[in-house]
Amino acid sequence: MRNAPDSIKVPSFVSISMQILPLWPISMALSQLARDLLRTHPQILNRIDKYQNQKFMLDITDLPFALLLDPAQARLRAFRRSAAPEADARISGTLAAFLAMLHGVEDGDSLYFSGVLQIEGDTSAVLALRNALDDAELDLSEEIARALPLLAPPLRLALAPLERLTGLHLRRVPLEVY
Amino acid sequence: MDLTIAPNPFFWSAESVRRFYDGLADAPVARVVVGELVCSKRLPFWQNEIPQAVEFLQAAGKQVALTSLALITLRRERKLTADLLGMGLPVEVNDLSALHHIPAGMPFWVGPLVNVYNEGTLRWLARRGAERICLPPELPMASIAVLAGIAQAEGVALEVWGHGRLPLAISARCYHARLHERAKDSCQFVCEEDPDGRDVDTLEGQQFLTVNGVQTLSQSYACMAEHVAEYQDMGVSALRLQPQSVGFHTICDDYAQLLAGDLPANALIETLSAAHPDMQFCDGYGHCGTGASWSHGASSARNVPTGCS
Amino acid sequence: MELVCPAGTPAALRAAVDAGAHCIYCGFADETNARNFPGLNFSRAELADAVGYAHARGAKVLVAINTFPTAGHEALWHSAVADAERAGADAVILADLGLLAYAAEHHPDLRRHLSVQAAAANPDAINFYASAFDVRRVVLPRVLSVEEIAAINREIDVETEVFVFGGLCVMAEGRCSLSSYATGRSPNMNGVCSPPEHVDYATDGAESVARLGGFTIHRTPKGEAAPYPTLCKGCFTSGDKTGHVFEDAVSLDASTLVPRLAKAGVTALKIEGRQRSRAYVAQIVRAFRAVTDALEAGRTPPELALARLSEGQAATTGAYAKTWR
Repeated sequence: MRNAPDSIKVPSFVSISMQILPLWPISMALSQLARDLLRTHPQILNRIDKYQNQKFMLDITDLPFALLLDPAQARLRAFRRSAAPEADARISGTLAAFLAMLHGVEDGDSLYFSGVLQIEGDTSAVLALRNALDDAELDLSEEIARALPLLAPPLRLALAPLERLTGLHLRRVPLEVY
Repeated sequence: MDLTIAPNPFFWSAESVRRFYDGLADAPVARVVVGELVCSKRLPFWQNEIPQAVEFLQAAGKQVALTSLALITLRRERKLTADLLGMGLPVEVNDLSALHHIPAGMPFWVGPLVNVYNEGTLRWLARRGAERICLPPELPMASIAVLAGIAQAEGVALEVWGHGRLPLAISARCYHARLHERAKDSCQFVCEEDPDGRDVDTLEGQQFLTVNGVQTLSQSYACMAEHVAEYQDMGVSALRLQPQSVGFHTICDDYAQLLAGDLPANALIETLSAAHPDMQFCDGYGHCGTGASWSHGASSARNVPTGCS
Repeated sequence: MELVCPAGTPAALRAAVDAGAHCIYCGFADETNARNFPGLNFSRAELADAVGYAHARGAKVLVAINTFPTAGHEALWHSAVADAERAGADAVILADLGLLAYAAEHHPDLRRHLSVQAAAANPDAINFYASAFDVRRVVLPRVLSVEEIAAINREIDVETEVFVFGGLCVMAEGRCSLSSYATGRSPNMNGVCSPPEHVDYATDGAESVARLGGFTIHRTPKGEAAPYPTLCKGCFTSGDKTGHVFEDAVSLDASTLVPRLAKAGVTALKIEGRQRSRAYVAQIVRAFRAVTDALEAGRTPPELALARLSEGQAATTGAYAKTWR
């Protein structure tokens, strides 16, 4: 079943509890994930091409922090919005929208046309990133399991119930879903 | 270099057409392309002026050609195109389908609405019988330089856009009718109300485009005076001026003086700006490629971006 | 009827094949094709792999080399044609006279389709391209009504392909310089229209302003969904009228016209959208495949609910209905 990504929000008890957590462990884990992901999918950087050095702010509106992606340095770090550095481009939307786009459930343009995703700054760079990630056919759950092997067994067990519970698309969708 | 007068893209009354071509007889121009370029529905209103205009212009020593329509879709329009060939004048092809009617070996001209972007296309057209080719206005200088060389080798006279609102697009939809909330088939010829087209501004009042029936033009008047010396060096053989309802004969005189070296480009631009204070000019296709930009800096126009983007 | 589907990336091509596309069109990652966007299109190696994937599953691959070669740089376009043939492409989609002549002379066995960018809008134009360059299929410009398409098919010997879904050009394609007038880059020369690097979003009071090359294309209340600032879909003022002078922010959906297009003699149905994601491609292809399958089986085609995927979330049947003009 497909959920409209604009109707799903991260539950507030989750985002509130995240507010009090320190961000550096998250940044470390995310950067580990980014490095691993770019290493195993070299075509991503090829497609981003001349926009590699741009900094992308992924502003996931229902999380208490925004993510700064620096493809050239293979870095993905979390920042409180009040302390977020300048970026060349900013993509804002719900976690559900980001995950649905990444996993091939939703079309990025459609999310943009309907206002679920907003874009500011270097539009070309955003397009390059979007197209590169779309071509990579990522499955975030698999990538996390590979990048952070300790998490793999519990993640595999929790995935299906977690998807049901949250309504988020945590895995790449097989085509039959459409 | 000499001057070619483009077909008038606008809808003028028969009387205005007659006055316009009568006046051109003593203008310092080498050739004139006449006929309906934009909309076949307009033709019945003024086509009776064509034979007399041709006769007049030829008697005055001008070369005359007949243009095809820019977009041919209807059966009636195809027949009209086929009929052009029987007039004993060269046809200027502005829709490639006109070539279907031109027998191999019969010479023809190619207008700026045919996509001639490169050597291969120019050579193919030359070998098919093209005698003159006017390049599309959006072509960059570097392309014109390359094509001028090829044209000379192929024995084709190469022409570039010199003056007038740039023909930017052609459509099946009539924007004049749409602005009057009418269907194209019942347009009641509203484009006749606007002898230089109907201006379209942005929501912030920037002068932007001009609609002319199914055609879209730049609202700025292209003035390529600044680039004429370069064209001459490249071996371009003619400059094309597009008819406008006001001051056109002076414009012909000025450009003729410019080509002859009797009037510097700066002086032409100054004269032109003084005579037409409401007109916005552009020449960006000649330098940075952004057609709307104007190398002579700020103009009287309302906050139009004049730089190169 | 044959379904011709877009692919901007190898992943989108696989999605199209898996979703039932008979035919996929794509282009190289340079100025030779009319969807020259950042992060999009195929390398030579990717194309060869993609052709292998499609052929193994009974689908064809067409390579669009449909911009107009730049004077002095024709070699880039010539090598694109040669590389498409080497990769095993089933046809190339071309628009430029010179390139058509080159392909016919140097790659006579490579099937040639006439791109919509050539804007061949009547039987004379089509017969001209067919006889001069042995073009086997023509992609018709989006300026014709269904009746006109039927009339054209009665007078020509080559196949016709028409757009049924996706972005809608209101101008005759391949004959529009609006984009280079405002930004210096055009579909004909650079394979881009209203290019993203010339888009600028600003805030003015309670409104978001979208400009292209410095020209205001639209203003929308802040926070409201805004269409991409494509030049001809902008909101402008002319005299006492303010509105979408050229076209609203809508896209084409001719799914309900498919039976009539079949009757009009159309061979192939084309879906626009090489710049869209694999999710889009999969959904649209699957939906249209249901339509063509139903038609083949003599059933009534299902009604499609695709508005959510359209720009402006609104659709038109465009010039196929004569009143559009």
